[in-house]
Amino acid sequence: MADITETGVQTATATNTATNTATAAAPTRPKKRIKWETVGDHAVLIAGALLMLVPVYMILASSTHEDILIHREGLQFFFGDDGLENYNAALFEYGGFTNSVNGVTMLVNSMILGFGFAIGKIVVGMMAAYAIVYFRLRFATFAFWMIFTTLLLPLEVRILPSYEVIQQMNLANTYTGLILPLIASATATFFFRQFFRSIPEELVEAARIDGAGPVKFFIDILVPLSRTMIAAMFIIMFVFGWNQYLWPTLITTDESLFTLVRGIRQIMQAYADGSSTPEYGEAAALAIIAMTPPVLIVIFFQNWFVKGLTESDK
Amino acid sequence: MAQVTLNAVRKIYPNGVEALEPCSFTINDGELAVLVGPSGCGKSTLLRMVAGLEEISEGDLSIGDRIVNDVDPADRNIAMVFQNYALYPHMSVAQNMGYGLKNRGMSKAEIRAKVREASDMLNLTEFLDRRPSQLSGGQRQRVAMGRAIVREPDLFLFDEPLSNLDAKLRNQMRIEIRALQRRLATTAMYVTHDQIEAMTMADRIIVLNDGKIEQIGTPNEIYEHPASTFVASFMGAPPMNLLQGIAGGGKVTLGSDQDVLHTGTEGNDGPVQAGIRPEDVWPDPQGDLAFDVDIIEELGALRLLHGRVAGQDFSVAVPKDKEATTGLMQLSVKPGAVHLFDADTGRRL
Repeated sequence: MADITETGVQTATATNTATNTATAAAPTRPKKRIKWETVGDHAVLIAGALLMLVPVYMILASSTHEDILIHREGLQFFFGDDGLENYNAALFEYGGFTNSVNGVTMLVNSMILGFGFAIGKIVVGMMAAYAIVYFRLRFATFAFWMIFTTLLLPLEVRILPSYEVIQQMNLANTYTGLILPLIASATATFFFRQFFRSIPEELVEAARIDGAGPVKFFIDILVPLSRTMIAAMFIIMFVFGWNQYLWPTLITTDESLFTLVRGIRQIMQAYADGSSTPEYGEAAALAIIAMTPPVLIVIFFQNWFVKGLTESDK
Repeated sequence: MAQVTLNAVRKIYPNGVEALEPCSFTINDGELAVLVGPSGCGKSTLLRMVAGLEEISEGDLSIGDRIVNDVDPADRNIAMVFQNYALYPHMSVAQNMGYGLKNRGMSKAEIRAKVREASDMLNLTEFLDRRPSQLSGGQRQRVAMGRAIVREPDLFLFDEPLSNLDAKLRNQMRIEIRALQRRLATTAMYVTHDQIEAMTMADRIIVLNDGKIEQIGTPNEIYEHPASTFVASFMGAPPMNLLQGIAGGGKVTLGSDQDVLHTGTEGNDGPVQAGIRPEDVWPDPQGDLAFDVDIIEELGALRLLHGRVAGQDFSVAVPKDKEATTGLMQLSVKPGAVHLFDADTGRRL
C-alpha cells in the first residue's frame, strides 16, 4: 500500500518505500503516519483509471495473437507473436464483401471525415458567430436562438429526414453526404459567439479607424485572436467526427467509403454470418489503429485545448 | 493639419434620448481642445461622432474643408487613442503601429521607416518586437500614441487616455502628450473627466454638462470667469464656494446683517448665488465674514479649512506657514473675487 512521508508526499515505487523505511528508522525522524483519506482518494482514482485502461490494454495485447487462440480463450492479457501479421493484414489486406477496401483506405476515410467535419464546423460556426455578434442584423438574436435550439436536435434525432434529404440530393455514398449533415449544429457557433462577445468593443473601433473592413477585421484580428479557441474546437470536433458510427453506416453502402469505426464491425460481421472464424486479431489491430489518431491529437494539442477553454489573451 | 467645425451637431439615440443638444464650435488648426465634464455628460459621444464611430443625428461636422458626416472613420484621416489602448494583442508593437498604414496599401519599407521614426520619438525602439502583453501600462499608452502618430492624421482624438495609469505616470504622460502634440502641431480633441488634466493640457476647454456645452474658453477664462455655477464648482480643486444671498446696494447679504460681501451688483438686486474661490479669502481679525471651522485638511503645500459661513458650507485654503485652528475666525475677501450667479439658472450675472 502507499506510504506517506511526514511532508505528505506520497511515494508509490518500491525503491522509494525502501528509502522511506530507512529514513524512518533514523532516530531523529518522527514516525510517519498513513493518511487514510489520501489512500482512499488514490484508490478510487486508480480503480477508475484501470477501468478505462485495462480494456484498451487487452485489445492491444490481443491484437498480437492468432484468431483461433482468441476464439478459444477470449481476450489475452499478454503479448503474442502474431502482431506484425495482424497489423499488416488490418492495414493492407483487402477485405469486405467486394474486396475493395483495406485498413489504409478506411484510415484515409476516417481522416477525411474527422478533418472535414472539424474544419467545416469551425468555419461555419465562426462565420455565423461573426455575423451574429458584429453586424446589426434585424433578427440576430432570434437567429442565434434558432441556431441554439438545434443543440436539442442532434443528428440521431433527425436521422430519417436527413437521410431523405441527402438521398434526394444524390449525395449518398459521397464524402459531402457523409460530412455535410453532421456540420449543421450549434455547438461551434455558440462557443465562438461567447468568445467574440468577450472581445473589447474598442478593438473593433480601432480596427475601423485603421481602415480594416469587415473581411480584413475577421482575417487579421478575429481569427488570430481566436486561435486557441479554434484549436480547442478542432480537437473536440475531430474526435467527435472520427467516432461517428450511425450516420456513416446509414449513408455509405459503397465499401470504399467505409470508415475505421465501421470497418471493425465489418470484420466481426463475418462471425455473425457464420461463414468463417472471425479475424479477431485483425479486428483488435484495427481497433488500436482507430484509437491512435484521436489520442495523438489530444496529447499534442492538450495545452492549446486547456488554454482555449479557460483563458484568452485579450 | 485641419480645423474642426461643428455646426449644430446633435445626437439623439433611437430610443429618443437626446445625448447631445445641438452644439457648434470650431477648433483651430493645431489647437488642443479638451472636452471635460462628469460621466454621462456626452463628451465621449461627441468625440465618437467626430471619429465617425457614432452617427451624427443632425448638423454638420467638417474636418478641414470637407463635411465628413457620411465619411467612413478610416477615410477621415484621424487617429484615436482609446482609454484601454485597444492594441491588437496578437501583433507586435511594430505591427500594431503599422497596421493602419498596411491597410492603406503603403509599401513595407515605407511602413518600417515611419514606425521607426515614431518609435524613436516615443522611446519605443527597443520594444518593437514585443507583444502588448509584455509591456507596462505607460509603454502600452505610448504604443497607442505611436499608432496614432504614424498615420500623420489631420486630427488626434484622445478618449480618456490616461485614466488607466497610476497618478505619477499620469502626470508624466500628460506632459509627454502635450509636448508631442505641440511638436507635431496637429489639431487634437481630448476627452477627460479630470479637471486638472483639462486645465494643464488645453489650449481651450469645452465644459459639457448633461448633453450641452456650459462654456468654451481658455483654461484661464474658465477659471477666472466661469459661465455658470456648474463650471465654477467643476473646475478647480478645491471647488469654488457657492453661497445663497440677497444682492442689493453694492453688497450681498448672506444670512444676517453681519455677513456681507462687498461687490458690485450692477442692478442684479434680489436673490443670487455668490461664488468665492477658497484661495481668494484669508483669515483676518478685521475681516467681514465670520467663519466657523470644523475640520482642517493638511495637503502639504496648503491647508484646507472646512466649516460654515452664515450657516452654509465654506472652505478656505491657507498657505502651510499660517497657523490654523478649529473654531470661530474672521475672513477677508480679495477685492473683485466674488462671482455672482443667478439664483435659479446658475448663469453668471
